[in-house]
Amino acid sequence: MLIYGVALLSVCMVVGLTVGEYLGRWLGVDANVGGVGIAMLLLVASCSSSRMSSLVNGPAGEGIRFWSAMYIPIVVAMAARQNIFAAIQSGALAIAAGTAAVVVCFALVPVICRLGGAPRDASGKR
Amino acid sequence: MEPVYTVLKDNALITAFLAIGLTMWLSYFLSRKLTAGRIHGSAIAIALGLAAAWWGGKVTGGSKGIADLEILSGIGLMGGGMLRDFAIVATAFGVNATEMRKAGMAGAIALVCGVLVSFVMGAVVAVAFGVRDAVSITTIGAGAVTYIVGPITGAAIGASSEMIALSVAAGLVKSILVMVGTPLVARRIGLDNPRSAMVYGGLMGTTSGVAAGLAATDPKLVPYGAMTATFYTGLGCLLAPSVLFFAVRALAGTN
Repeated sequence: MLIYGVALLSVCMVVGLTVGEYLGRWLGVDANVGGVGIAMLLLVASCSSSRMSSLVNGPAGEGIRFWSAMYIPIVVAMAARQNIFAAIQSGALAIAAGTAAVVVCFALVPVICRLGGAPRDASGKR
Repeated sequence: MEPVYTVLKDNALITAFLAIGLTMWLSYFLSRKLTAGRIHGSAIAIALGLAAAWWGGKVTGGSKGIADLEILSGIGLMGGGMLRDFAIVATAFGVNATEMRKAGMAGAIALVCGVLVSFVMGAVVAVAFGVRDAVSITTIGAGAVTYIVGPITGAAIGASSEMIALSVAAGLVKSILVMVGTPLVARRIGLDNPRSAMVYGGLMGTTSGVAAGLAATDPKLVPYGAMTATFYTGLGCLLAPSVLFFAVRALAGTN
């Protein structure tokens, strides 16, 4: 059933955010620390676990895939509700920050390709 | 017209689905017709969203962009934290542990470097522009990671809506530049095999940017780049509001 996949997704999110909440308190910050990231790791773990296969394959998987596909539209809605009018005055900052990141990362592609070592990907996992 | 307005207003979330759906359609149409697919439809849609948010803020004087218009208040829910985080978690679907291992060391190094370098560049630019408090510097740095990491980090550490919007804008600039720039620099950076595509995906991280950039370069490379890029936002969400925020706070000395 489709809802099983959605429910699995919900479990991952609730558990992830709860862990993130505890992590935040443990670290002494009034913040959810990495909850979304932890939820993603939980979903990845669920996807590769054979015990969970009935929850991520077939119709149940469609439930997760639907929300995955809704990601871009939701991001568009998120953009549309930002307080961009107040931010536009410092627009040059956003452009400079984004551009700097892209230029440096482009330049790093060949560097890291060499850093990663020869074709020992199979042994590289350990 | 008044009954139509009432229906749209009373079913705000459904109206939001309709409005965003139309925006997506228009964006992909413009992407095909005006840019020959060079600028990805999703990037145009986000740009339209930001433009609408700007207009909404100007017209209503509120702080929630276009969602401050009564008829489009559902966009506030659709684009709010709950559904946003839910959809982000869902994007991790289909990335299994075997594929993770296949990405290998190069992909992992690229992921960590990509998040760190983008964050540092964004933070340095923020400081250069006179931003001084640790929360804002971190939010801009996180925005230079991706336009998802920015708002998530900003929300987690209590940044102002203005800084969060700036971080989204920085991430959007990055996404568009990756889409447009990738085919232009592909040969120079050796982007012609699965291995370099994985490194590239890990360094750039912006999923729509990487998918569109690689599609415009060599469609066969898309899954390799997208695979590493899938982890990027998660890694950014993990690092930016925690380790990186603490580092900035230690360096900035305030807050």
